Amino acid sequence: MDGETDESGSNGETTAQVGVAGETLTLTTTTSTYDTGLLDAIHTDFEDLYGVSVDAVAQGTGAALESARNGDADVVVVHARSLEDEFMRNGYGINRRDLMFNDFVIVGPEADPAGIEGASSATDALATIADAQAPFVSRGDNSGTHTKELVLWEEAGTQPGGDWYQETGTGMGEALNIANQQGAYTLSDRGTFISQRAEIDLTILVQGPIEGGPEILANPYGVMAVNPGVHDNANYDLAMAYIGWITSPGAQDAIADYQMNGEQLFFPEAVSEKPDFQQYVPEGWQPDSASE
Amino acid sequence: MAARLGERVSVPLEAVGSALVGLVDLPFRDGYVPSIVVVSLYVSLVAVSLSTLVSVPVAVTMGFLEFPGKSLVKSVINTGMGFPSVVVGLVVLFAVSNQGPLGSFELIFTREAMIMSQFVLATPPITAISLAAITGVDDRVREAARALGGTRVDVALVVLKEARYGIATAILAGFGRAISEVGSVLIVGGNITSADGISKTRTLTTAIQLEARQGRYETAMILGVVLVVLVLTVNTIVVRLSDGGTPR
Repeated sequence: MDGETDESGSNGETTAQVGVAGETLTLTTTTSTYDTGLLDAIHTDFEDLYGVSVDAVAQGTGAALESARNGDADVVVVHARSLEDEFMRNGYGINRRDLMFNDFVIVGPEADPAGIEGASSATDALATIADAQAPFVSRGDNSGTHTKELVLWEEAGTQPGGDWYQETGTGMGEALNIANQQGAYTLSDRGTFISQRAEIDLTILVQGPIEGGPEILANPYGVMAVNPGVHDNANYDLAMAYIGWITSPGAQDAIADYQMNGEQLFFPEAVSEKPDFQQYVPEGWQPDSASE
Repeated sequence: MAARLGERVSVPLEAVGSALVGLVDLPFRDGYVPSIVVVSLYVSLVAVSLSTLVSVPVAVTMGFLEFPGKSLVKSVINTGMGFPSVVVGLVVLFAVSNQGPLGSFELIFTREAMIMSQFVLATPPITAISLAAITGVDDRVREAARALGGTRVDVALVVLKEARYGIATAILAGFGRAISEVGSVLIVGGNITSADGISKTRTLTTAIQLEARQGRYETAMILGVVLVVLVLTVNTIVVRLSDGGTPR
């Protein structure tokens, strides 16, 4: 992952000779950041600025963190705080920053057979779906979206199962397609849903917090470097350059400006007047627990 | 070494890629489709070439020699033809991952790792079909070659010449398995393009998978057509080559 030169020659002709020029950054990330086209749209700036190339591997949050745990990535961009916290607590990830957010939405067929439209709480909506045994498509792939879905079922006090509940083990786009074909409900991140809305007949039935829906459907993304103390082959310098760049005002503006079908998909969160200390440490972390 | 090899072969492949897709206006970014065609061809051709270098000598040895355990080797090869590609991908992933025995070579998410998994996938069919072709050569051919005073090597060459169609079929079967395979190259290659849309480890099959994942079935189908045209082209070329110089 380090010292590998870019064979495709896609970099600009003259780039500043910084210490990392010519190197390759391996980023493992979720399907939602990649499939929406966001990363390709903003990465060219980073590649030109540093004269490097970024290998973005879209895997889903669970797999992205597992690759990083094995030392096969330099930096991760994921969206499941509980998994990120575990990753940090185990020493694999360091220098976490809040990156951006969007939200989850519950989507389903326009006919809405279970009658969840307008439900004020996401958990009520899921409980209604379970009671009606209306078809529901689950990612079932340990992704950030799947992790959120499981939290929602738990909060709803329902153990999903039975014929109506289908785990597909696929990416978000594919899960939306399956739900579309089967007239099923599913939980989707807003970005992937917007980017695919033209192709499918599903509609948003429960909004996330961006459109005034419940806060539990918030979908924050974080960025973390792989700890070079655990994996000495990790390209830590370049990972930190990347984190510095993607949390900078310029890149954050580029994230805000990225649109699909005229809609903003991601909302930048890294630039703030407030210190937001929580972003650097696992939730519930206390100075005392440092001596664990 | 492998990277340098890539640069050398990429010149004619680049031309092939552009020639194949340059005539049609595709709904992709400039250079995207030619670059994934190049990566598909590069990975599959290198893997199949390496497989052939191993498989044909193995098939010749097995076709001419009797040794203890031969039937066991044969059944291992036949089993290998049915290896699920995702399992091969997982095994190669464990090998090349930073934690694996080859971790220090940093091969994960590279074309070299993809070549490794395709080598494992292509070698059994090439060996098995070549062996069938060699053992299928009429015994009278061997006897005639021997009767004419041929050495062991002469006899082997005569038999190889007779079996060349079968061996070409074997290589094509291996190539077909390699280029149409999606499970292992996705796991060990990572389906990577650079931000400007130029493929690093994205092949036609993983690109199709990516389009389908996003519900863009039309563009997936276009790439499928490109893949079929590519396989047809390679098949035609190989059949021509094995026909070459033999008036029949």
